[in-house]
Amino acid sequence: MNGARRSDAIVVGAGIVGAACAAALARDGWRVTILERSFASSGTTSVGMGHLVVMDDSPEQLALTKYSLRQWRELTPTLDRRAELDACGTLWVAEDESQLAALRAKRDLYATADVATEVLDPRALSEAEPHLRRDLAGALRVTNDSVVYPPGATLGLLDDARKHGAVLRDGIGVEAIVPNGVRLASEVLRADIVVNATGPWAPRLTPALPITPRKGHLAITDRYPTFCRHQIVELGYLTSAHVMTSESVAFNIQPRSTGQVLIGSSRELVGWDAQINREILRRMLQRASHFMPRLGDLSVIRCWTGFRPATPDKLPLIGRWDPIPGLWIAAGHEGLGITTSLGTAQLLADQIAGRVPEIDPAPFSPMRALAAVHS
Amino acid sequence: MSDAIEIVVNAKVLRVEPGVTVASALLNNDHHVFRRSTTGEVRAPVCGMGICYECRVTINDVAHQRACMVTVEHGMRVDTGSAA
Repeated sequence: MNGARRSDAIVVGAGIVGAACAAALARDGWRVTILERSFASSGTTSVGMGHLVVMDDSPEQLALTKYSLRQWRELTPTLDRRAELDACGTLWVAEDESQLAALRAKRDLYATADVATEVLDPRALSEAEPHLRRDLAGALRVTNDSVVYPPGATLGLLDDARKHGAVLRDGIGVEAIVPNGVRLASEVLRADIVVNATGPWAPRLTPALPITPRKGHLAITDRYPTFCRHQIVELGYLTSAHVMTSESVAFNIQPRSTGQVLIGSSRELVGWDAQINREILRRMLQRASHFMPRLGDLSVIRCWTGFRPATPDKLPLIGRWDPIPGLWIAAGHEGLGITTSLGTAQLLADQIAGRVPEIDPAPFSPMRALAAVHS
Repeated sequence: MSDAIEIVVNAKVLRVEPGVTVASALLNNDHHVFRRSTTGEVRAPVCGMGICYECRVTINDVAHQRACMVTVEHGMRVDTGSAA
């Protein structure tokens, strides 16, 4: 954009996806305004676990998570303490022989995708994580996965955006997205492009987006610094995430840099009811105790719920939204928005700038939502 | 303290009055570091009645016990000053 007038971009939503998009656009020379109805990280970003992980529910998901993780690695030297980055790796644990076979298939798939892994036999697994039950069949360690504190990482991305001229206006609710602009309570702001990065709330501004709030529970313990070293996930997690059943739980645990242990996960389709569902919470903690029997000795200090922005095909919506001139979408990341925020931002900024993205953007085009309706 | 009992604080034997709380036993022996915050700051009892959770110590290998709510027992092991 050298020589030309700097063009205006509005990013709606200051969660991690909006922050990453704002930073990428600001670096590209856009004059970025971020509009946030509450405060930065006040939505889904602040209530999730903070995985930085490779996931392989589909080839497209694998491509986007891998691409995103590479960008997280490039960003790592600039992340400050607020991000609480912990390169703890992920252990996918198998309960029996059939899951062990699935684990090996995962290893082979990751090998073809150049993702570093290591298979642990039961003895090696017990040594790596002494609090896991002893009769597990084995585990796959994904070496380069990490854990991050999402609100802290988001503040870092917002700092980066501001360094390149972006302005964050918080406490500003957007009432509607209009052609090349947004309508606020008392004014219309014009911009060359608008990015809807409002996570599960995105359909309020762009009603045709197929995004559903998918509720989750989390529990965090007091500080037990040696209790576990990796983030640990049961192999059945992807099934729990993939199938849009009305409710499911899966074992997923993370060591936090404070020494606390973060325990998940649950999935429910109950609209916007944020109340703790004691029955689901009980099942979630029981599932965790099934894998880590000593977990019951730890003291949980807080439980909460949050809403993932889920899409029918489990892929985020990233790209141009043709019905509204100037509108781009970056939403619908379900439970992977922390990992995929950086890949999303780059994919979006590349398309906006007319560059060819490193990974194929077609599967992520939000226009597939309209195609699905019309077909 | 003819009827004193012995507890083991950070691997050292301490003679304390029977019937008092762990918090009292520690403070009576000029022991002021109960635990440390996430940023390494020293923490010690504030309320003395089980509300503030600042006096947590590890008792007989169980972390996060409120020192002000537990009565000393002969042979009890108390570990202080950790993240716990």
